Amino acid sequence: MALNQSDINSYLEKQKKRQELIHYFVSFVLMILFTVLAFVAVMLRDSINDYLIAVFIVTMAVVQVVFQLYYFMHMKEQDHGFPTLFLYSGAAVAFLTVISFVSIVWIS
Amino acid sequence: MTTSAITVREEKQGFLPWLWMWLTTVDHKKIGILYLCGAGLFFLIGGIEAILIRIQLSVPQNDFLVGSTYNQVMTMHGTTMIFLAAMPAIFALLNAVVPLQIGARDVAFPFLNALGFWLFFLGGLILNVSWFLGGAPDGGWTAYAPLSTEFLGSGMDFYILGLQVAGAGTLMGGINFLVTIINMRAPGMTFMRMPLFTWTALITSALILFAFPALTVGLFFELFDKVFGANFFNSVNGGNGVIWEHIFWIFGHPEVYILILPAFGVISEVVPTFAKKRLFGYTSMVFATVLIGFLAFMVWVHHMFTVGLGPMANSLFAIATMAIAIPTGMKIFNWMFTMWGGQVHYTTANLFAVGFIPTFVLGGVTGVMLAVPAADFQYHDSYFVVAHFHYVIVGGVVFGLLAGLFYWWPKMFGKFLNEKLGKVTFWFFFFGFHVTFFPQHFLGLMGMPRRYFTYLKGDGLATGNMISSLGAIGMAIAIILLLINIVMTTANGKKAKGDAWGFGRTLEWSIPSPAPEYNFAQTPLVKGIDPLWKAKMEGSHKVTPAEPLGDIHMPSSSILPFLMSLALTVASFGFIYADQSGTALNAGSLIFAGIGVALLFLMMLIHSLKDDHGYHIHKHEIIEAEREAE
Ligand SMILES: [Cu+2]
Repeated sequence: MALNQSDINSYLEKQKKRQELIHYFVSFVLMILFTVLAFVAVMLRDSINDYLIAVFIVTMAVVQVVFQLYYFMHMKEQDHGFPTLFLYSGAAVAFLTVISFVSIVWIS
Repeated sequence: MTTSAITVREEKQGFLPWLWMWLTTVDHKKIGILYLCGAGLFFLIGGIEAILIRIQLSVPQNDFLVGSTYNQVMTMHGTTMIFLAAMPAIFALLNAVVPLQIGARDVAFPFLNALGFWLFFLGGLILNVSWFLGGAPDGGWTAYAPLSTEFLGSGMDFYILGLQVAGAGTLMGGINFLVTIINMRAPGMTFMRMPLFTWTALITSALILFAFPALTVGLFFELFDKVFGANFFNSVNGGNGVIWEHIFWIFGHPEVYILILPAFGVISEVVPTFAKKRLFGYTSMVFATVLIGFLAFMVWVHHMFTVGLGPMANSLFAIATMAIAIPTGMKIFNWMFTMWGGQVHYTTANLFAVGFIPTFVLGGVTGVMLAVPAADFQYHDSYFVVAHFHYVIVGGVVFGLLAGLFYWWPKMFGKFLNEKLGKVTFWFFFFGFHVTFFPQHFLGLMGMPRRYFTYLKGDGLATGNMISSLGAIGMAIAIILLLINIVMTTANGKKAKGDAWGFGRTLEWSIPSPAPEYNFAQTPLVKGIDPLWKAKMEGSHKVTPAEPLGDIHMPSSSILPFLMSLALTVASFGFIYADQSGTALNAGSLIFAGIGVALLFLMMLIHSLKDDHGYHIHKHEIIEAEREAE
């Protein structure tokens, strides 16, 4: 065989790196796009319902957070179980807090 | 690593080197002892406050402590006992035991560990010097707004900033133990092989991580309202006081589980050890612990049933609260099944553990009663609630902590506490406790409200209060006996071997007492639950090591944690004296606060820039130390 194992490994490594770089670029462009969309939505506030805009902006924000966490902070890779667990638990507690503040702060 | 290993560690004599050693230590075992001393000091202060309360309430229309003075003593009793006695006592046990139980040489962040302790201790001092600087906090340990932000004096400033500093220390401690337990377990110690005390430490640390930020944010809101004239909780200007109640109890309910879970952990270690049986239902115990931790965040509204959040919210939170009785009940039965058929040795530690079970069940039962919203409208803010939470916090947390203290004392100090005196302590404490708090259930049902400084002759509350006050004497005697015990045995107590009680099961008993500064000469290899017991059953006295004997890397001690905490204390006093209640802020004090904050950042900069590689303990030194310990 002309190819030995280390050659194959280094080739795979390079492929993986390239793949990762493409992921970075794509998610970076998408994030800029989402930001622009959010701004556009606010600019069109005369013709669109306010609540719809709010929901749209928050959705864009959530998607961006997910991109940030998974692609830029490596949460999609292996051995990130505990950070993931604690992140989601923390998010759940924070969500619960916010929900209670907007729903049951005073006599319902 | 090619660090120029500095191994000059000869013990210098004299007071100043001794003081310097304690101020700069980053060794988790020494920090554990510091936490214990700090907790002990504040426990005595809080205990004296409790006695003062009982003196005032012993007879009707007493004028020993009246009005605001009573409010101050009552507030400081609660705040001190929760934040400055129970919390650090738990960190004392965590520091003393958890790294040893998981076969680690230290905690994950030794520097942070020291910082956590000094923040707690100086935060506690900030709170307590308020007695001499214009009056202590008097808004109750819950500091409900807008009462505490708009209508009370400078005492509440000390509450806000003292707890902010102490709370930061607790948060650091929680993160530290979370990382330690996840990352630093010995080879072979999977999660399902961890001792149950370590499991409860893990869940408690997670609860600290999620609960304390709520307190931090809430206290900042109160600080802004009180000092800078913001209106978060001021309804006159569009704020909302109920938000404080939510924030406080989103923190406050997990807080009580932060306290009780390690106590559960202690019982789960003490009961199997002294029954000479492995813990019954280990897996279900782990499951129950995790479930309690999860449910802790779903139930805070049971403290607010009478606020008027509506039947929907009240019913949901009532059901969630009652659900907690299920995992707790699992634990109670598992402990009883552990003892069933075992050779139960009634040492002092085990007496406290066995006494814990019925006492805590009583507190749990009243807890379920309080979880019924319709009934809670009767119980709310009455002495029934006072009786309930003293049953779970004294009857649960303090019993557990005392069991742990007697159990691990030989491991921490290398000497036993006197068992005879310890048993007398237990009986005084047990009966003193029940005589004090059992009548309070009935006082509450008869209509005695909590936090009132007196009651009238014709109210029919005199007998119950008198009995309650007499019971407090029993608890005081128990604590005095414990102090005598500590002093006596420190002077000349029985020396403890590595496996101090003779039937240790977990890794901390496989090393000398007290543990050498490097803990394990060789990291152990864990092959199952209760590795030491397993090794003993296989006829060997040592747990198999996972590595050859070699040099051990150690972190070097540092004065920076102490100085950082001091800087934050300076900043806190600046903010406390900036508050001029309504009039313009005191600019001089604000500059003072700014200096404190600047010093803190300077210290952080120094810590970041200074390269510290620690030092090594060499192989021959370890061999020598191990031989000496045998
Ligand atoms: Cu609660």
